Amino acid sequence: MSRENVLVSAAWSEENLQTPGVVFAEVDEDTTAYDGGHIPGAVKIDWKNDLQDPVRRDFVDREGFEKLLSAKGISNDDTVILYGGNNNWFAAYAYWYFKLYGHQNVKLLDGGRKKWELDGRPLDKEEVVRDATSYTAQEQDLSIRAFRDEVVDAIGNKNLVDVRSPDEFSGKLLAPAHLPQEQAQRGGHIPSAVNVPWSKAANEDGTFKSDEELRELYAEAGFDGSRKTIAYCRIGERSSHTWFALRELLGHEDVKNYDGSWTEYGSLIGVPIELGSGKES
Amino acid sequence: MTNGCGAPAQGGSIDVSTTETVLEGKVLSEGTPVGGAFVRLLDSTGEFTAEVVTSPEGDFRFFAAPGSWTVRALHRSGNGQADVSAFGPGVHAVEIAVA
Repeated sequence: MSRENVLVSAAWSEENLQTPGVVFAEVDEDTTAYDGGHIPGAVKIDWKNDLQDPVRRDFVDREGFEKLLSAKGISNDDTVILYGGNNNWFAAYAYWYFKLYGHQNVKLLDGGRKKWELDGRPLDKEEVVRDATSYTAQEQDLSIRAFRDEVVDAIGNKNLVDVRSPDEFSGKLLAPAHLPQEQAQRGGHIPSAVNVPWSKAANEDGTFKSDEELRELYAEAGFDGSRKTIAYCRIGERSSHTWFALRELLGHEDVKNYDGSWTEYGSLIGVPIELGSGKES
Repeated sequence: MTNGCGAPAQGGSIDVSTTETVLEGKVLSEGTPVGGAFVRLLDSTGEFTAEVVTSPEGDFRFFAAPGSWTVRALHRSGNGQADVSAFGPGVHAVEIAVA
């Protein structure tokens, strides 16, 4: 896997807004950001209303994903360029999600909405209407999705990469610091996990760091390239960003995202939890 | 949980419990509020912790913990940062000038 296959630059994107077969899609943590101005021609995917089952804590099923992409006017042959705010946090999640349902032609706009805005590139409020398609999704590719039993079994033998902030990792905070701290589950982290905050993989302008910088970052934290890997955060979105860095940019083959993440693990009865920084003193 | 990781609306007023440590304020350029700026919360070691986009009135808010923090704003018109010492729960006000 090389960078050119999975990332496009803002400059390339601006030149390819009208290119047939290329569809831009915004996926933002702030689902109202799109309405205030979006990349010309981009469709909106709402990570909560479009990608989550409205009742159960799970994703929309295969049929639901087919319906969504068909309605958005995305066909199986289209190259989908995903972008969003906050270093592509939710766009990376959508990228993982597209791969989960077998859409191979998907890339991230490096730097996302932030880089686009800091560059002063155009945004508009035009309503985007694309002709509906008849999209066919695959069964979920479970080689990239981890479930809780697998995570418990991985303690001490796979790389567990906790990508939350150091304060969440230690148990001091239960959620990222831009959110009210209303969670009820226990704080801490999965024993043997290393803490590499997801944001360390990004530059200040939201673009990904170089392969060399990324390799150094994970190696320094004790990431073992010969082991299989599971990444997690609080609800599986920030860890999609790290999953992208480890699998799509650095080419590690067996990397899964645990979307249950801390909100599931920290609420389970009977599982081990480690507190503190996790580093030997 | 139901709100996931999406940032709540920035600005306005909120009820702050006796255990919460809130950092909030405005991003200003020559005294004028700057909407749409990217505000990053950095911990005492300079480590990135969270990021929000300011409201049209330039407001931002973080739910942090007691300690020393840096808030750093990025905008097309310029960047800037400010340090905050939040040694205790409550609302800690901070302004960031960008130039």
